Amino acid sequence: MQATQELGLSAKDLSVYYGSKQAVRNISLDFEKKQVTALIGPSGCGKSTFLRSLNRMNDLISGARVTGEIWIEEDNILDPRVDVVLLRQKIGMVWQRPNPFHKSIYENIAFGPRYHGIKNKKQLDEIVESSLRKAALWEETKDRLHQSALALSGGQQQRLCIARSIAVKPQIILMDEPASALDPVSTAKIEELITELKQDYCIIIVTHNMHQAARVSDKTAFFYMGDLIEHDDTQKLFTNPSQQQTDDYISGRFG
Amino acid sequence: MQDKQRVVKPHLAEEWVGKIYTLLCIFFLIVTIFSMVYFVASKGIGTFLLPNVNVLDFLTGLKWAPEGSPPAFGALPFIVGSFTTSILAALIAAPLGICAAIFMTEIMPGAGRRYLQPVIELLAGIPSVVYGFIGLSVLVPFLRDVFPGQGIGIAAGSIVLSIMILPTITTIAADALAGLPNSLKEGSYALGATRWQTIYRIILPTTLPALLTGVVLGISRAFGEALAVQMVIGNAPHIPKSLFESTSTLTSVITLSMGNTVSGSPHNSALWSLAFILMAMTFVFVFIVRWLERRSKV
Repeated sequence: MQATQELGLSAKDLSVYYGSKQAVRNISLDFEKKQVTALIGPSGCGKSTFLRSLNRMNDLISGARVTGEIWIEEDNILDPRVDVVLLRQKIGMVWQRPNPFHKSIYENIAFGPRYHGIKNKKQLDEIVESSLRKAALWEETKDRLHQSALALSGGQQQRLCIARSIAVKPQIILMDEPASALDPVSTAKIEELITELKQDYCIIIVTHNMHQAARVSDKTAFFYMGDLIEHDDTQKLFTNPSQQQTDDYISGRFG
Repeated sequence: MQDKQRVVKPHLAEEWVGKIYTLLCIFFLIVTIFSMVYFVASKGIGTFLLPNVNVLDFLTGLKWAPEGSPPAFGALPFIVGSFTTSILAALIAAPLGICAAIFMTEIMPGAGRRYLQPVIELLAGIPSVVYGFIGLSVLVPFLRDVFPGQGIGIAAGSIVLSIMILPTITTIAADALAGLPNSLKEGSYALGATRWQTIYRIILPTTLPALLTGVVLGISRAFGEALAVQMVIGNAPHIPKSLFESTSTLTSVITLSMGNTVSGSPHNSALWSLAFILMAMTFVFVFIVRWLERRSKV
Protein backbone atom coordinates (compact mmCIF):
# COMPACT_ATOMS: atom_id res chain seq x y z
CA MET A 1 0.00 0.00 0.00
CA GLN A 2 2.90 2.31 0.68
CA ALA A 3 4.14 1.85 -2.85
CA THR A 4 0.93 3.11 -4.48
CA GLN A 5 0.88 6.66 -3.25
CA GLU A 6 -0.33 7.86 -6.64
CA LEU A 7 -2.71 10.75 -6.63
CA GLY A 8 -6.14 9.98 -8.02
CA LEU A 9 -7.61 13.40 -7.54
CA SER A 10 -6.48 16.55 -5.89
CA ALA A 11 -8.50 19.58 -4.84
CA LYS A 12 -6.75 22.88 -4.21
CA ASP A 13 -8.40 25.84 -2.49
CA LEU A 14 -11.80 24.63 -3.53
CA SER A 15 -14.72 26.87 -2.62
CA VAL A 16 -18.34 26.45 -3.57
CA TYR A 17 -20.93 29.20 -3.37
CA TYR A 18 -24.69 28.95 -3.65
CA GLY A 19 -25.59 32.49 -4.58
CA SER A 20 -23.82 34.54 -1.92
CA LYS A 21 -23.65 31.73 0.62
CA GLN A 22 -20.33 29.94 0.78
CA ALA A 23 -20.95 26.22 1.32
CA VAL A 24 -17.37 25.01 1.02
CA ARG A 25 -14.40 27.14 2.14
CA ASN A 26 -10.97 26.84 0.54
CA ILE A 27 -10.59 23.14 0.93
CA SER A 28 -7.43 21.39 -0.25
CA LEU A 29 -7.62 17.64 -0.20
CA ASP A 30 -5.76 14.82 -1.97
CA PHE A 31 -7.28 11.49 -2.86
CA GLU A 32 -5.01 8.57 -3.59
CA LYS A 33 -5.60 5.81 -6.06
CA LYS A 34 -6.71 2.44 -4.74
CA GLN A 35 -7.89 3.99 -1.51
CA VAL A 36 -11.22 4.81 0.04
CA THR A 37 -11.58 8.27 1.48
CA ALA A 38 -14.56 8.93 3.70
CA LEU A 39 -16.00 12.41 4.10
CA ILE A 40 -17.81 12.78 7.41
CA GLY A 41 -19.45 15.65 9.22
CA PRO A 42 -22.86 16.87 10.37
CA SER A 43 -25.63 17.66 7.85
CA GLY A 44 -25.03 20.86 5.94
CA CYS A 45 -21.28 20.79 6.53
CA GLY A 46 -20.54 20.92 2.81
CA LYS A 47 -19.32 17.39 2.28
CA SER A 48 -21.95 16.48 -0.34
CA THR A 49 -21.48 19.82 -2.08
CA PHE A 50 -17.74 19.18 -2.14
CA LEU A 51 -18.32 15.72 -3.58
CA ARG A 52 -20.64 17.04 -6.27
CA SER A 53 -18.01 19.54 -7.40
CA LEU A 54 -15.59 16.75 -8.15
CA ASN A 55 -17.46 15.66 -11.28
CA ARG A 56 -19.00 19.08 -11.89
CA MET A 57 -22.52 18.00 -10.99
CA ASN A 58 -22.88 21.41 -9.40
CA ASP A 59 -23.00 22.78 -12.95
CA LEU A 60 -26.61 21.57 -13.02
CA ILE A 61 -27.61 23.72 -10.06
CA SER A 62 -28.35 27.28 -11.06
CA GLY A 63 -26.60 29.77 -8.82
CA ALA A 64 -23.84 27.40 -7.80
CA ARG A 65 -20.30 28.67 -8.36
CA VAL A 66 -17.08 26.78 -7.82
CA THR A 67 -13.62 28.34 -7.45
CA GLY A 68 -10.22 26.78 -6.97
CA GLU A 69 -8.67 23.85 -8.76
CA ILE A 70 -9.34 20.15 -8.99
CA TRP A 71 -6.59 18.17 -10.66
CA ILE A 72 -7.05 14.79 -12.22
CA GLU A 73 -3.78 13.73 -13.76
CA GLU A 74 -2.75 16.64 -15.98
CA ASP A 75 -6.08 18.40 -16.15
CA ASN A 76 -7.85 20.92 -13.99
CA ILE A 77 -11.48 19.82 -13.95
CA LEU A 78 -12.72 23.35 -13.39
CA ASP A 79 -11.09 24.60 -16.55
CA PRO A 80 -13.92 25.79 -18.82
CA ARG A 81 -12.34 23.91 -21.73
CA VAL A 82 -12.84 20.58 -19.97
CA ASP A 83 -15.36 18.33 -21.67
CA VAL A 84 -17.71 17.32 -18.85
CA VAL A 85 -18.83 14.34 -20.89
CA LEU A 86 -15.31 12.88 -20.88
CA LEU A 87 -14.78 13.98 -17.30
CA ARG A 88 -17.86 12.19 -16.04
CA GLN A 89 -16.73 9.11 -17.86
CA LYS A 90 -13.61 9.17 -15.69
CA ILE A 91 -15.47 9.98 -12.48
CA GLY A 92 -18.53 7.88 -11.74
CA MET A 93 -21.13 8.71 -9.12
CA VAL A 94 -23.56 6.81 -6.92
CA TRP A 95 -26.32 8.50 -4.93
CA GLN A 96 -28.07 8.04 -1.64
CA ARG A 97 -31.25 6.79 -3.25
CA PRO A 98 -30.78 4.21 -5.96
CA ASN A 99 -31.83 5.82 -9.23
CA PRO A 100 -32.05 3.05 -11.83
CA PHE A 101 -33.48 4.12 -15.17
CA HIS A 102 -36.92 2.82 -16.09
CA LYS A 103 -35.36 0.21 -18.32
CA SER A 104 -34.21 -3.39 -18.13
CA ILE A 105 -31.22 -4.39 -16.01
CA TYR A 106 -29.21 -4.93 -19.18
CA GLU A 107 -30.14 -1.54 -20.63
CA ASN A 108 -29.26 0.22 -17.38
CA ILE A 109 -25.69 -1.03 -17.64
CA ALA A 110 -25.36 -0.76 -21.42
CA PHE A 111 -26.62 2.84 -21.31
CA GLY A 112 -23.29 4.47 -20.45
CA PRO A 113 -21.07 2.43 -22.81
CA ARG A 114 -23.54 3.06 -25.66
CA TYR A 115 -23.15 6.79 -25.11
CA HIS A 116 -19.47 6.44 -25.42
CA GLY A 117 -19.76 4.77 -28.77
CA ILE A 118 -19.82 1.04 -28.11
CA LYS A 119 -22.41 -0.49 -30.42
CA ASN A 120 -21.13 -4.04 -30.82
CA LYS A 121 -23.62 -6.40 -29.15
CA LYS A 122 -20.99 -8.88 -28.03
CA GLN A 123 -18.83 -6.18 -26.51
CA LEU A 124 -21.85 -4.76 -24.67
CA ASP A 125 -22.76 -8.23 -23.38
CA GLU A 126 -19.26 -8.57 -21.98
CA ILE A 127 -19.35 -5.16 -20.33
CA VAL A 128 -22.75 -5.91 -18.78
CA GLU A 129 -21.54 -9.21 -17.39
CA SER A 130 -18.23 -7.95 -16.05
CA SER A 131 -19.82 -4.85 -14.49
CA LEU A 132 -22.50 -6.92 -12.79
CA ARG A 133 -19.88 -9.38 -11.58
CA LYS A 134 -17.77 -6.59 -10.12
CA ALA A 135 -20.83 -5.21 -8.37
CA ALA A 136 -21.59 -8.69 -6.98
CA LEU A 137 -24.96 -8.72 -8.70
CA TRP A 138 -24.37 -11.15 -11.56
CA GLU A 139 -25.52 -14.31 -9.79
CA GLU A 140 -28.77 -12.69 -8.72
CA THR A 141 -29.63 -11.16 -12.07
CA LYS A 142 -28.09 -13.26 -14.84
CA ASP A 143 -31.41 -15.00 -15.54
CA ARG A 144 -33.44 -11.84 -15.72
CA LEU A 145 -31.23 -9.30 -17.43
CA HIS A 146 -34.06 -8.14 -19.62
CA GLN A 147 -36.57 -7.54 -16.85
CA SER A 148 -37.19 -4.09 -15.44
CA ALA A 149 -34.56 -2.80 -13.05
CA LEU A 150 -37.36 -1.35 -10.93
CA ALA A 151 -38.35 -4.87 -9.87
CA LEU A 152 -35.08 -5.28 -7.96
CA SER A 153 -34.86 -4.67 -4.21
CA GLY A 154 -33.39 -1.39 -2.94
CA GLY A 155 -30.04 -2.97 -2.16
CA GLN A 156 -29.91 -4.65 -5.55
CA GLN A 157 -30.85 -1.39 -7.25
CA GLN A 158 -27.99 0.35 -5.49
CA ARG A 159 -25.53 -2.32 -6.60
CA LEU A 160 -26.98 -1.97 -10.10
CA CYS A 161 -26.23 1.75 -9.94
CA ILE A 162 -22.67 0.96 -8.89
CA ALA A 163 -22.40 -1.53 -11.77
CA ARG A 164 -23.78 1.12 -14.10
CA SER A 165 -21.07 3.58 -13.13
CA ILE A 166 -18.36 0.89 -13.39
CA ALA A 167 -19.52 0.07 -16.91
CA VAL A 168 -18.04 3.28 -18.33
CA LYS A 169 -14.65 2.33 -16.83
CA PRO A 170 -14.10 5.26 -14.50
CA GLN A 171 -10.95 5.85 -12.44
CA ILE A 172 -12.75 7.40 -9.55
CA ILE A 173 -16.14 6.62 -8.01
CA LEU A 174 -17.95 9.18 -5.89
CA MET A 175 -20.54 7.83 -3.46
CA ASP A 176 -22.99 10.09 -1.70
CA GLU A 177 -24.25 8.14 1.33
CA PRO A 178 -24.65 5.01 -0.79
CA ALA A 179 -26.07 2.85 1.99
CA SER A 180 -28.12 5.23 4.09
CA ALA A 181 -31.42 4.21 2.46
CA LEU A 182 -30.71 0.48 2.77
CA ASP A 183 -31.26 -2.22 5.38
CA PRO A 184 -28.31 -3.64 7.36
CA VAL A 185 -27.86 -6.69 5.14
CA SER A 186 -27.74 -4.64 1.95
CA THR A 187 -25.50 -2.13 3.67
CA ALA A 188 -23.04 -4.89 4.56
CA LYS A 189 -23.04 -5.99 0.92
CA ILE A 190 -22.36 -2.48 -0.31
CA GLU A 191 -19.53 -2.07 2.17
CA GLU A 192 -18.04 -5.39 1.11
CA LEU A 193 -18.31 -4.22 -2.47
CA ILE A 194 -16.56 -0.93 -1.70
CA THR A 195 -13.64 -2.81 -0.14
CA GLU A 196 -13.54 -5.01 -3.23
CA LEU A 197 -13.65 -2.09 -5.69
CA LYS A 198 -10.86 -0.31 -3.87
CA GLN A 199 -8.37 -2.55 -5.64
CA ASP A 200 -9.15 -0.86 -8.95
CA TYR A 201 -10.60 2.53 -8.18
CA CYS A 202 -10.14 5.63 -6.14
CA ILE A 203 -13.31 5.84 -4.05
CA ILE A 204 -14.62 8.90 -2.26
CA ILE A 205 -17.59 8.26 -0.02
CA VAL A 206 -19.79 10.64 1.94
CA THR A 207 -21.34 8.98 4.95
CA HIS A 208 -23.27 9.85 8.08
CA ASN A 209 -22.48 6.52 9.61
CA MET A 210 -19.20 6.81 11.43
CA HIS A 211 -18.92 3.09 11.93
CA GLN A 212 -19.21 2.73 8.20
CA ALA A 213 -16.44 5.27 7.65
CA ALA A 214 -14.27 3.41 10.14
CA ARG A 215 -15.01 0.07 8.46
CA VAL A 216 -14.50 0.87 4.81
CA SER A 217 -12.15 3.83 4.49
CA ASP A 218 -8.39 4.26 4.54
CA LYS A 219 -8.49 8.01 4.96
CA THR A 220 -11.14 10.14 6.57
CA ALA A 221 -11.82 13.84 6.21
CA PHE A 222 -13.94 15.64 8.78
CA PHE A 223 -15.91 18.61 7.50
CA TYR A 224 -17.62 21.18 9.66
CA MET A 225 -19.50 24.30 8.52
CA GLY A 226 -17.84 24.27 5.12
CA ASP A 227 -14.35 23.90 6.52
CA LEU A 228 -12.07 20.90 6.44
CA ILE A 229 -11.20 20.34 10.09
CA GLU A 230 -9.06 17.26 9.87
CA HIS A 231 -7.85 14.79 7.27
CA ASP A 232 -5.88 11.76 8.30
CA ASP A 233 -5.61 7.99 8.24
CA THR A 234 -8.97 6.62 9.32
CA GLN A 235 -7.34 4.60 12.06
CA LYS A 236 -5.70 7.66 13.55
CA LEU A 237 -8.62 10.03 13.11
CA PHE A 238 -11.01 7.75 14.95
CA THR A 239 -8.66 6.76 17.77
CA ASN A 240 -6.51 9.77 18.28
CA PRO A 241 -7.81 12.86 16.48
CA SER A 242 -5.60 15.91 16.56
CA GLN A 243 -8.48 18.41 16.66
CA GLN A 244 -10.86 18.88 19.59
CA GLN A 245 -13.83 19.37 17.22
CA THR A 246 -13.17 16.04 15.55
CA ASP A 247 -12.99 14.33 18.89
CA ASP A 248 -16.28 15.91 19.95
CA TYR A 249 -18.00 14.85 16.75
CA ILE A 250 -16.84 11.25 16.59
CA SER A 251 -17.58 10.72 20.27
CA GLY A 252 -21.10 12.08 19.69
CA ARG A 253 -20.88 15.27 21.75
CA PHE A 254 -22.37 17.33 18.94
CA GLY A 255 -23.66 17.01 15.40
CA MET B 1 -66.93 7.31 29.95
CA GLN B 2 -69.25 10.28 29.91
CA ASP B 3 -66.39 12.56 28.90
CA LYS B 4 -65.52 10.34 26.02
CA GLN B 5 -69.05 10.37 24.62
CA ARG B 6 -69.26 14.12 24.85
CA VAL B 7 -66.11 14.36 22.74
CA VAL B 8 -67.10 11.83 20.14
CA LYS B 9 -70.69 12.67 19.39
CA PRO B 10 -70.44 16.11 17.73
CA HIS B 11 -67.70 14.82 15.43
CA LEU B 12 -69.81 11.87 14.49
CA ALA B 13 -72.53 14.23 13.38
CA GLU B 14 -70.12 16.27 11.28
CA GLU B 15 -68.84 13.10 9.78
CA TRP B 16 -72.34 12.09 8.73
CA VAL B 17 -73.29 15.50 7.38
CA GLY B 18 -70.14 15.50 5.26
CA LYS B 19 -70.71 12.00 4.06
CA ILE B 20 -74.32 12.62 3.08
CA TYR B 21 -73.47 15.90 1.38
CA THR B 22 -70.71 14.40 -0.76
CA LEU B 23 -72.89 11.39 -1.53
CA LEU B 24 -75.67 13.68 -2.73
CA CYS B 25 -73.26 15.57 -4.97
CA ILE B 26 -71.87 12.44 -6.54
CA PHE B 27 -75.38 11.04 -6.94
CA PHE B 28 -76.48 14.21 -8.74
CA LEU B 29 -73.45 14.00 -11.03
CA ILE B 30 -74.03 10.37 -11.88
CA VAL B 31 -77.72 10.96 -12.57
CA THR B 32 -76.82 13.87 -14.88
CA ILE B 33 -74.30 11.83 -16.83
CA PHE B 34 -76.58 8.82 -17.19
CA SER B 35 -79.59 10.84 -18.20
CA MET B 36 -77.53 12.63 -20.85
CA VAL B 37 -76.24 9.37 -22.22
CA TYR B 38 -79.76 7.95 -22.14
CA PHE B 39 -81.22 11.03 -23.82
CA VAL B 40 -78.69 11.11 -26.65
CA ALA B 41 -78.90 7.36 -27.13
CA SER B 42 -82.71 7.25 -27.19
CA LYS B 43 -82.86 10.11 -29.66
CA GLY B 44 -80.05 8.71 -31.78
CA ILE B 45 -81.56 5.25 -31.96
CA GLY B 46 -84.61 6.69 -33.74
CA THR B 47 -82.71 6.74 -37.02
CA PHE B 48 -82.26 3.01 -37.02
CA LEU B 49 -85.96 2.38 -36.45
CA LEU B 50 -86.70 3.96 -39.84
CA PRO B 51 -87.23 1.59 -42.78
CA ASN B 52 -84.16 1.06 -44.98
CA VAL B 53 -81.64 2.42 -42.45
CA ASN B 54 -79.39 0.08 -40.50
CA VAL B 55 -76.36 0.71 -38.34
CA LEU B 56 -73.87 -0.59 -40.89
CA ASP B 57 -75.28 1.57 -43.70
CA PHE B 58 -75.20 4.55 -41.40
CA LEU B 59 -71.55 4.05 -40.45
CA THR B 60 -70.27 3.15 -43.92
CA GLY B 61 -72.64 4.99 -46.27
CA LEU B 62 -71.12 7.68 -48.42
CA LYS B 63 -74.26 9.62 -49.33
CA TRP B 64 -75.78 12.10 -46.89
CA ALA B 65 -79.14 13.45 -48.11
CA PRO B 66 -81.54 13.39 -45.18
CA GLU B 67 -84.11 15.59 -46.88
CA GLY B 68 -83.91 13.85 -50.27
CA SER B 69 -86.35 11.30 -51.64
CA PRO B 70 -85.48 8.65 -50.89
CA PRO B 71 -83.43 10.05 -47.97
CA ALA B 72 -79.87 8.72 -47.54
CA PHE B 73 -78.06 8.59 -44.22
CA GLY B 74 -74.40 7.78 -44.84
CA ALA B 75 -72.26 9.29 -42.09
CA LEU B 76 -68.87 7.99 -43.21
CA PRO B 77 -67.72 11.32 -44.72
CA PHE B 78 -68.23 13.05 -41.36
CA ILE B 79 -66.53 10.27 -39.41
CA VAL B 80 -63.58 10.39 -41.79
CA GLY B 81 -63.54 14.19 -41.62
CA SER B 82 -63.53 14.23 -37.83
CA PHE B 83 -60.79 11.65 -37.50
CA THR B 84 -58.50 13.11 -40.16
CA THR B 85 -58.77 16.69 -38.88
CA SER B 86 -58.19 15.71 -35.24
CA ILE B 87 -55.35 13.31 -35.92
CA LEU B 88 -53.63 15.71 -38.32
CA ALA B 89 -54.04 18.47 -35.74
CA ALA B 90 -52.37 16.24 -33.15
CA LEU B 91 -49.57 15.39 -35.58
CA ILE B 92 -48.87 19.09 -35.99
CA ALA B 93 -49.34 20.08 -32.34
CA ALA B 94 -47.66 17.13 -30.59
CA PRO B 95 -44.07 17.77 -31.74
CA LEU B 96 -44.49 21.51 -31.23
CA GLY B 97 -46.04 21.14 -27.79
CA ILE B 98 -43.65 18.49 -26.52
CA CYS B 99 -40.61 20.40 -27.78
CA ALA B 100 -41.91 23.59 -26.18
CA ALA B 101 -42.39 21.68 -22.93
CA ILE B 102 -38.82 20.32 -23.10
CA PHE B 103 -37.55 23.83 -23.67
CA MET B 104 -39.51 25.19 -20.74
CA THR B 105 -38.51 22.47 -18.28
CA GLU B 106 -35.06 21.30 -19.34
CA ILE B 107 -33.40 24.05 -21.29
CA MET B 108 -34.67 27.25 -19.72
CA PRO B 109 -36.48 26.13 -16.58
CA GLY B 110 -36.56 29.55 -14.92
CA ALA B 111 -37.87 31.92 -17.55
CA GLY B 112 -39.54 29.13 -19.50
CA ARG B 113 -41.97 28.13 -16.82
CA ARG B 114 -42.43 31.67 -15.55
CA TYR B 115 -43.14 33.42 -18.85
CA LEU B 116 -43.61 30.94 -21.67
CA GLN B 117 -46.07 28.59 -20.03
CA PRO B 118 -48.59 31.31 -19.13
CA VAL B 119 -48.37 32.61 -22.69
CA ILE B 120 -49.10 29.18 -24.12
CA GLU B 121 -51.87 28.61 -21.60
CA LEU B 122 -53.37 31.89 -22.77
CA LEU B 123 -54.09 30.15 -26.08
CA ALA B 124 -56.53 27.92 -24.21
CA GLY B 125 -58.57 30.92 -23.13
CA ILE B 126 -59.22 32.34 -26.60
CA PRO B 127 -62.82 31.61 -27.67
CA SER B 128 -63.13 29.16 -30.52
CA VAL B 129 -65.09 31.61 -32.66
CA VAL B 130 -62.02 33.86 -32.65
CA TYR B 131 -59.89 30.98 -33.85
CA GLY B 132 -62.40 30.27 -36.60
CA PHE B 133 -62.50 33.89 -37.60
CA ILE B 134 -58.72 34.19 -37.78
CA GLY B 135 -58.57 30.91 -39.67
CA LEU B 136 -61.15 32.13 -42.13
CA SER B 137 -59.64 35.55 -42.77
CA VAL B 138 -55.90 34.73 -42.55
CA LEU B 139 -55.28 31.04 -43.02
CA VAL B 140 -57.84 30.22 -45.71
CA PRO B 141 -56.74 33.02 -48.11
CA PHE B 142 -53.11 32.00 -47.56
CA LEU B 143 -53.82 28.35 -48.35
CA ARG B 144 -55.89 29.40 -51.36
CA ASP B 145 -52.94 31.37 -52.76
CA VAL B 146 -50.30 28.75 -52.10
CA PHE B 147 -52.10 25.48 -52.80
CA PRO B 148 -54.62 24.45 -55.43
CA GLY B 149 -58.24 24.60 -54.27
CA GLN B 150 -60.43 26.95 -52.26
CA GLY B 151 -58.26 27.06 -49.17
CA ILE B 152 -61.04 25.63 -47.04
CA GLY B 153 -60.88 21.98 -46.07
CA ILE B 154 -59.05 19.53 -43.85
CA ALA B 155 -55.73 21.40 -44.00
CA ALA B 156 -57.27 24.63 -42.73
CA GLY B 157 -59.31 22.79 -40.10
CA SER B 158 -56.31 20.81 -38.82
CA ILE B 159 -54.07 23.86 -38.55
CA VAL B 160 -56.66 25.85 -36.61
CA LEU B 161 -57.32 22.87 -34.34
CA SER B 162 -53.61 22.26 -33.82
CA ILE B 163 -53.20 25.74 -32.35
CA MET B 164 -56.25 25.21 -30.17
CA ILE B 165 -54.94 21.96 -28.69
CA LEU B 166 -51.35 23.16 -28.33
CA PRO B 167 -51.84 24.39 -24.73
CA THR B 168 -53.37 21.05 -23.66
CA ILE B 169 -50.44 19.07 -25.00
CA THR B 170 -47.80 21.55 -23.81
CA THR B 171 -49.15 21.91 -20.28
CA ILE B 172 -49.53 18.19 -19.68
CA ALA B 173 -46.09 17.50 -21.16
CA ALA B 174 -44.47 20.27 -19.11
CA ASP B 175 -46.05 18.96 -15.89
CA ALA B 176 -44.90 15.43 -16.66
CA LEU B 177 -41.36 16.54 -17.47
CA ALA B 178 -41.12 18.75 -14.40
CA GLY B 179 -42.39 15.90 -12.23
CA LEU B 180 -39.61 13.57 -13.31
CA PRO B 181 -37.27 12.90 -10.36
CA ASN B 182 -34.07 14.89 -10.64
CA SER B 183 -32.08 11.84 -9.61
CA LEU B 184 -32.81 10.16 -12.95
CA LYS B 185 -31.40 13.07 -14.92
CA GLU B 186 -28.39 13.29 -12.61
CA GLY B 187 -27.81 9.58 -13.06
CA SER B 188 -27.67 10.06 -16.78
CA TYR B 189 -25.46 13.16 -16.66
CA ALA B 190 -23.09 11.45 -14.23
CA LEU B 191 -22.51 8.70 -16.77
CA GLY B 192 -21.28 11.32 -19.17
CA ALA B 193 -24.45 11.72 -21.20
CA THR B 194 -25.01 15.04 -22.91
CA ARG B 195 -28.20 17.00 -22.41
CA TRP B 196 -29.63 15.83 -25.71
CA GLN B 197 -28.82 12.19 -24.94
CA THR B 198 -30.41 12.56 -21.52
CA ILE B 199 -33.56 14.08 -22.99
CA TYR B 200 -33.80 11.58 -25.81
CA ARG B 201 -32.84 8.39 -23.96
CA ILE B 202 -34.05 8.98 -20.41
CA ILE B 203 -36.50 11.83 -20.09
CA LEU B 204 -38.71 11.17 -23.12
CA PRO B 205 -39.01 7.36 -22.73
CA THR B 206 -39.73 7.67 -19.00
CA THR B 207 -42.45 10.27 -19.46
CA LEU B 208 -43.87 8.77 -22.66
CA PRO B 209 -47.21 7.59 -21.21
CA ALA B 210 -47.88 11.04 -19.77
CA LEU B 211 -46.90 12.72 -23.03
CA LEU B 212 -49.29 10.44 -24.91
CA THR B 213 -52.02 11.26 -22.41
CA GLY B 214 -51.62 14.90 -23.40
CA VAL B 215 -51.78 14.04 -27.08
CA VAL B 216 -54.92 11.90 -26.66
CA LEU B 217 -56.62 14.63 -24.62
CA GLY B 218 -55.66 17.03 -27.40
CA ILE B 219 -57.19 14.74 -30.03
CA SER B 220 -60.35 14.40 -28.00
CA ARG B 221 -60.61 18.16 -27.67
CA ALA B 222 -60.08 18.56 -31.42
CA PHE B 223 -62.65 15.84 -32.06
CA GLY B 224 -65.30 17.70 -30.09
CA GLU B 225 -64.52 21.20 -31.35
CA ALA B 226 -67.28 22.45 -33.62
CA LEU B 227 -67.39 26.15 -34.27
CA ALA B 228 -63.85 26.94 -35.40
CA VAL B 229 -63.77 23.88 -37.63
CA GLN B 230 -67.13 24.60 -39.17
CA MET B 231 -65.92 28.07 -40.17
CA VAL B 232 -62.94 26.85 -42.18
CA ILE B 233 -63.75 23.35 -43.38
CA GLY B 234 -66.31 24.12 -46.10
CA ASN B 235 -69.04 21.74 -44.93
CA ALA B 236 -69.56 19.70 -48.10
CA PRO B 237 -70.91 16.26 -47.16
CA HIS B 238 -68.44 14.06 -48.99
CA ILE B 239 -65.01 12.51 -48.50
CA PRO B 240 -62.43 14.89 -50.01
CA LYS B 241 -59.72 13.75 -52.36
CA SER B 242 -57.22 16.31 -51.13
CA LEU B 243 -56.51 18.27 -47.98
CA PHE B 244 -57.70 21.45 -49.68
CA GLU B 245 -61.16 20.32 -50.61
CA SER B 246 -64.33 21.18 -48.74
CA THR B 247 -65.59 18.52 -46.33
CA SER B 248 -67.42 18.15 -42.99
CA THR B 249 -66.93 16.74 -39.53
CA LEU B 250 -69.44 15.19 -37.15
CA THR B 251 -69.54 18.37 -35.11
CA SER B 252 -69.78 20.80 -38.00
CA VAL B 253 -72.72 19.02 -39.61
CA ILE B 254 -74.59 18.98 -36.30
CA THR B 255 -74.12 22.68 -35.53
CA LEU B 256 -74.96 23.60 -39.11
CA SER B 257 -78.17 21.58 -39.48
CA MET B 258 -79.59 21.32 -35.94
CA GLY B 259 -81.56 24.56 -36.17
CA ASN B 260 -83.20 23.63 -39.45
CA THR B 261 -84.74 20.32 -38.46
CA VAL B 262 -88.01 19.45 -36.79
CA SER B 263 -87.75 17.42 -33.62
CA GLY B 264 -88.57 13.78 -34.31
CA SER B 265 -88.06 14.01 -38.04
CA PRO B 266 -85.68 11.52 -39.69
CA HIS B 267 -83.15 14.29 -40.33
CA ASN B 268 -83.24 15.33 -36.67
CA SER B 269 -82.81 11.74 -35.48
CA ALA B 270 -79.88 11.28 -37.82
CA LEU B 271 -78.14 14.27 -36.24
CA TRP B 272 -78.71 12.73 -32.82
CA SER B 273 -77.13 9.55 -34.11
CA LEU B 274 -74.07 11.59 -35.13
CA ALA B 275 -74.01 13.11 -31.64
CA PHE B 276 -74.13 9.64 -30.21
CA ILE B 277 -71.09 8.62 -32.28
CA LEU B 278 -69.25 11.71 -31.02
CA MET B 279 -70.09 10.84 -27.45
CA ALA B 280 -69.04 7.22 -27.85
CA MET B 281 -65.73 8.33 -29.35
CA THR B 282 -65.13 10.69 -26.43
CA PHE B 283 -65.65 7.78 -24.05
CA VAL B 284 -63.11 5.79 -26.03
CA PHE B 285 -60.61 8.63 -25.69
CA VAL B 286 -61.23 8.85 -21.95
CA PHE B 287 -60.60 5.13 -21.60
CA ILE B 288 -57.37 5.41 -23.59
CA VAL B 289 -56.21 8.19 -21.28
CA ARG B 290 -57.08 6.15 -18.17
CA TRP B 291 -55.19 3.21 -19.57
CA LEU B 292 -52.13 5.34 -20.33
CA GLU B 293 -52.21 6.87 -16.87
CA ARG B 294 -52.28 3.46 -15.27
CA ARG B 295 -49.26 2.47 -17.32
CA SER B 296 -47.32 5.57 -16.36
CA LYS B 297 -47.52 4.62 -12.68
CA VAL B 298 -45.54 1.40 -13.17
